[in-house]
Amino acid sequence: MKLFSRLMPSSGMRQVPKSVTVHAVLLAYTVIALFPIIVVVINAFKERRAIFRDPLGLPDSDSFTLMGFEQVLLRSDFGLYSWNSLVVTILAVGLVLLLGAMAAWALTEYKFKGNLLITFLFAMGIMIPIRLGTVSILSLMVSLDLVNTLTALVLVYIAQGLPLAVYILSEFVRTIPKELTEAARCDSVSEYKIFFCIILPLLKPAMATVAVFTMIPIWNDLWFPLILAPGEETRTITLGVQQFVGQYVTDWNSVLSALTLAIVPVLILYTIFSRQLIRGLTSGAVK
Amino acid sequence: MTPSNQHDEKKPFPWHVVFFLGPGLLIYVVFSVYPLLDTLVLSLYNEQQGQSHFVGLQNFITLITDDTWSQAFWNALGNNFQFFAIHMLVQNPIGLLLAVLLSSPKLRLSGTYRTLIFMPTMLSVVIIGFVWQLLLSPIWGISEDFLYSIGLGQYFDAWLGKESSALITLAFISVWQFVGIPMMLIYATLLNIPDDIVDASVVDGANSLQTFWHIKLPLILPTIAMVSILTFVANFNAFELIYAVKGALAGPNFSTDLMGTFFYRTFFGFQLQQGSASMGAAVATLMFLIILVGVMLFLFFIQRRIQRFQF
Repeated sequence: MKLFSRLMPSSGMRQVPKSVTVHAVLLAYTVIALFPIIVVVINAFKERRAIFRDPLGLPDSDSFTLMGFEQVLLRSDFGLYSWNSLVVTILAVGLVLLLGAMAAWALTEYKFKGNLLITFLFAMGIMIPIRLGTVSILSLMVSLDLVNTLTALVLVYIAQGLPLAVYILSEFVRTIPKELTEAARCDSVSEYKIFFCIILPLLKPAMATVAVFTMIPIWNDLWFPLILAPGEETRTITLGVQQFVGQYVTDWNSVLSALTLAIVPVLILYTIFSRQLIRGLTSGAVK
Repeated sequence: MTPSNQHDEKKPFPWHVVFFLGPGLLIYVVFSVYPLLDTLVLSLYNEQQGQSHFVGLQNFITLITDDTWSQAFWNALGNNFQFFAIHMLVQNPIGLLLAVLLSSPKLRLSGTYRTLIFMPTMLSVVIIGFVWQLLLSPIWGISEDFLYSIGLGQYFDAWLGKESSALITLAFISVWQFVGIPMMLIYATLLNIPDDIVDASVVDGANSLQTFWHIKLPLILPTIAMVSILTFVANFNAFELIYAVKGALAGPNFSTDLMGTFFYRTFFGFQLQQGSASMGAAVATLMFLIILVGVMLFLFFIQRRIQRFQF
């Protein structure tokens, strides 16, 4: 790229305005991306009158209130919903990682009958959404007596997350040098030990990528909580917010606060893990 | 302990393979593969008063031709194609533009822009739907005030409430949220283009537009194709945004109905119409076929015609 600027005749002159344009466009789009979210968050801390009178103003000592949040916490069980989401997401992602790594290892390391078929079966799952089987999933859960349990959600999310996990982790297993496992086998280390003590630690970076990709759709899902676990006790945060906003749609303080309660934790987590996530996305893991 | 070398290992039953593959495969087959196949089978049956009998393709014929069903079905399908078209025409070009700008050499703060622009993509579609519902609400009037301040006030309308504009507005909300995905994937591909290829074209006298058009664009076409198929699958599976903003009835007057909401209503019923598992399965089967055809077209047609470059 250095060559590029050296060879452009008037590059010295044009460099400054060009980069200004680039910044202007990117900055403008950043504002477009963040503006709606910021407006909701700042108005959640304002009194009803201030919300309407001056929607873009920051809350001041006059208009500041936490009434909306109090109402949300009073009228619905946000703590429980968040807990449910947390339990479901952690269990599902943890099991997707473990079972996905085990399956990826088996499919890439061992030759056996049906290997190709099973690999193909998992590959299909990357493109075909699990939702299309909802009719049967529901009747299956009814017959297993799992409706309105978090177990139902965890099982479905494991099935949903496995295909991509197996695919990404298989690609990664292939890059592990054969000598490593051959050497271990020569020392009569068991297949189980080879996997859990040698391979699994090596898979960590790839597993971090898989974890992020698996986590987001689970945390944000509305479809399966709505259909498999709509009960008050098992409601996830996404479903809880949806129901709450639907019910108190005219109470602006509460609605804005409920949305803020759903947005802020995700944004904090995103800020912490954005490097990991973006590295995963840009490393071409999902090609 | 297993025998020390591989020749001996082939003889005993490979329990370790079962141990590694079994649990994952079992859960995947029971809760994903089986339900999908079962749904396909169920779509060939008719359930009435707890009795189910084989009816062949009757459910599909009903969906496509029957007066009470076909109108809703074709409406949802048409809307879904419109929804997809808006994503292809707006989301992917904006994503491409942002990716190209982000990959400009020596751009300061590019990491910050990237992180911030990608932020809405992380949030739940449900939350985003509500956020925009508030922002576009004529009661609150934020959008109206904004349009007045830039002199376009007379164009403001309750877009989400009008039959003619609700679907387009929802599509734009979805585009706004997911523009980060094409941006990120195309950006990654652009970063992987080796400098020497670009430099070579510059030596040959190409300007930056020509470099982009003749060198970079062909190299990112596979990524654009992949983004397109991801968009296609996601769009024909979309449900949450419509359900959050418009409810299962996808109003006004079904103008925002997509295959996902149509499937939900068919399965669970609404107003006077009773839900039907077999009709729901038939709708799901049609969605499956649409997605399958899309993916196949991608794999066998587009993917093959695009030259693949090794970086």
